[in-house]
Amino acid sequence: MSLIEVKDICRTYDLGDVKVSALCGVSLEIEKGEFVSIMGPSGSGKSTFMNILGCLDKPTSGNYFLEGTNVSKLSRDELAGIRNKKIGFVFQGFNLLPRTTALENVELPLLYDGMNAKQRKELAIEALRKVGLEERIDHYPNQLSGGQQQRVAIARALVNNASLILADEPTGNLDSKTSFEIMELFVKLNAEKNITIVIVTHENDIAAFSRRMIRFLDGSVVNDMKVVKNG
Amino acid sequence: MVNISSTLKIAFRALKVNKMRSALTMLGIIIGVGAVIAMLAVGTGASKKIADQISSIGSNLIMILPGSTTAGGVRMGAGTQPTLTTFDAEAIQRECSAVLEAAPVLNGVAQVVYGNLNWSTGIIGTTPNMLDVRDWPISSGRPFTQQDVKSSTKVCLLGQTVVDNLFGDNNPIGHVVRIKKVPFTVIGVLSPKGQSPNGQDQDDTIYVPVTTAQKKLFGTSFPGMVRIIMVKAKSTQELSLAEKQITELLRQRHRIGPKQDNDFTVRNLTQIMQTQEQSAKIMSILLGAIASISLIVGGIGIMNIMLVSVTERTREIGIRMAIGAKTWDIRLQFIIEAMILSLVGGAVGTITGLISSEILAKATGWSVVISPISILVAFGFSGIVGIFFGFYPAYKASLLDPIEALRYE
Repeated sequence: MSLIEVKDICRTYDLGDVKVSALCGVSLEIEKGEFVSIMGPSGSGKSTFMNILGCLDKPTSGNYFLEGTNVSKLSRDELAGIRNKKIGFVFQGFNLLPRTTALENVELPLLYDGMNAKQRKELAIEALRKVGLEERIDHYPNQLSGGQQQRVAIARALVNNASLILADEPTGNLDSKTSFEIMELFVKLNAEKNITIVIVTHENDIAAFSRRMIRFLDGSVVNDMKVVKNG
Repeated sequence: MVNISSTLKIAFRALKVNKMRSALTMLGIIIGVGAVIAMLAVGTGASKKIADQISSIGSNLIMILPGSTTAGGVRMGAGTQPTLTTFDAEAIQRECSAVLEAAPVLNGVAQVVYGNLNWSTGIIGTTPNMLDVRDWPISSGRPFTQQDVKSSTKVCLLGQTVVDNLFGDNNPIGHVVRIKKVPFTVIGVLSPKGQSPNGQDQDDTIYVPVTTAQKKLFGTSFPGMVRIIMVKAKSTQELSLAEKQITELLRQRHRIGPKQDNDFTVRNLTQIMQTQEQSAKIMSILLGAIASISLIVGGIGIMNIMLVSVTERTREIGIRMAIGAKTWDIRLQFIIEAMILSLVGGAVGTITGLISSEILAKATGWSVVISPISILVAFGFSGIVGIFFGFYPAYKASLLDPIEALRYE
């Protein structure tokens, strides 16, 4: 059983007079432990696809199976539960809660899972250690650099032992040196913990860190290939 | 579902970010709750004052006055036709089942002299059961008896004001005062009763046996004549029945034909007082209702601020939803924020209400009664206001689309 199995999904936006098709007839599978990058120009439907993968949106037609569960049939709150337990998000703009410490930001998914305070703290510290930020657990987002903030966000995505991490242009707001550090962190997590990672990016050198590259154009997959590593 | 302590922590933090805004929002509730408590205190105070006055004139009282005379076509007004007698009073007590006590009154004003001091006061000639009718105990000495009435003894009971004016601090019992130059022995002092509902000093009075008053002080146009009969009904429920029985009995005794008017008037004093008490209660409800309008306005203030807060924190809501916050997690977060605003406002408002009631009482001299129930009601109401006006913003927040919310700048 594949981790992700997408069958002929379409997503159309109803704008009153016209219907805009953002995604059409996409079918693909992603196995556990893969490191996939999704590329494509703006408006190619890659963000829509990510939103559907992340259970933030539902396909207009077609089916999406996550670990065998047909997610396209679930209610709003059931989707929230899936996002909470199975999916970790990393955003371009970090999306940490302001005026909330790194530790509390990382604890947040556990909070919505109903875990008690002591366990939450232990797991959150553990996750921050994995991203190399155990020294800064009491810092607020505005006291951290962009790279550090993104590490906190990755720790937040890791803390619930998610089987899937979705990163939407995770390096878009970072300089190239920090970008590579973040990507190396992803590679390490993928290799060591066998976590499935899907990232959306514009840049070829970022995509080069992944092992499979899916290219979108006009709402469809135009290219799906293995990344050939040099050396 | 998120546990409450974490939600409380999140809510307090959110409120602390905009301290001024939170404080001003609370001010609406503070004023509302304060006003409700102060207004109810004033209203309750007023009705309690009236209730006290009712018990000071005696409860379940009925007053019977003689009718009016017509002399040559000129009607002379109530009480001008002497029709009531001590025998009427005795008959009422004997025959009306709803009546507990009936006491005749022959009253008048007279100069009272003791030593070199003198004082003009109201003299009431009556029977011993008058003290029961008026719920008026003796503070020292003894009341006069049926025997005193029978033998027209020259004894008297003094009201506190008379004692103060004639005796000062001395004990008057056993001393002789002169009423209209007739010597009376003081046998007792009535306990202080204070003002009557219409402002008269009820303690400025002397009680003497009715027969003594008739024979030695005021004189009568026929034997046994009295001016008033005071009646105490057995209970509040039996007041109307007592009234009816008295009217029937007196019509019979006075031989009044079916088409003739009564030659007496029956007045239900308690009913009048109770009407006053009722209107004071209505007044207090009205004051409370007006004050609670300001509480509702305060609630609208909360709703307004919560709506602003939801819009401002759209992105935060999006983040929370993305990482797994369910519909009710988001709703509870905002409802609890609104409830903290209203409950903290309610607590401060309660204190404000208590203080302002005290100040009001001191400044105006009104009797102000703060009932625990009014505090409970105002405080509880503020909590309900928080939930009610917090729900819509919370509901709106929970319906946000996570994708849109995450994109919100």
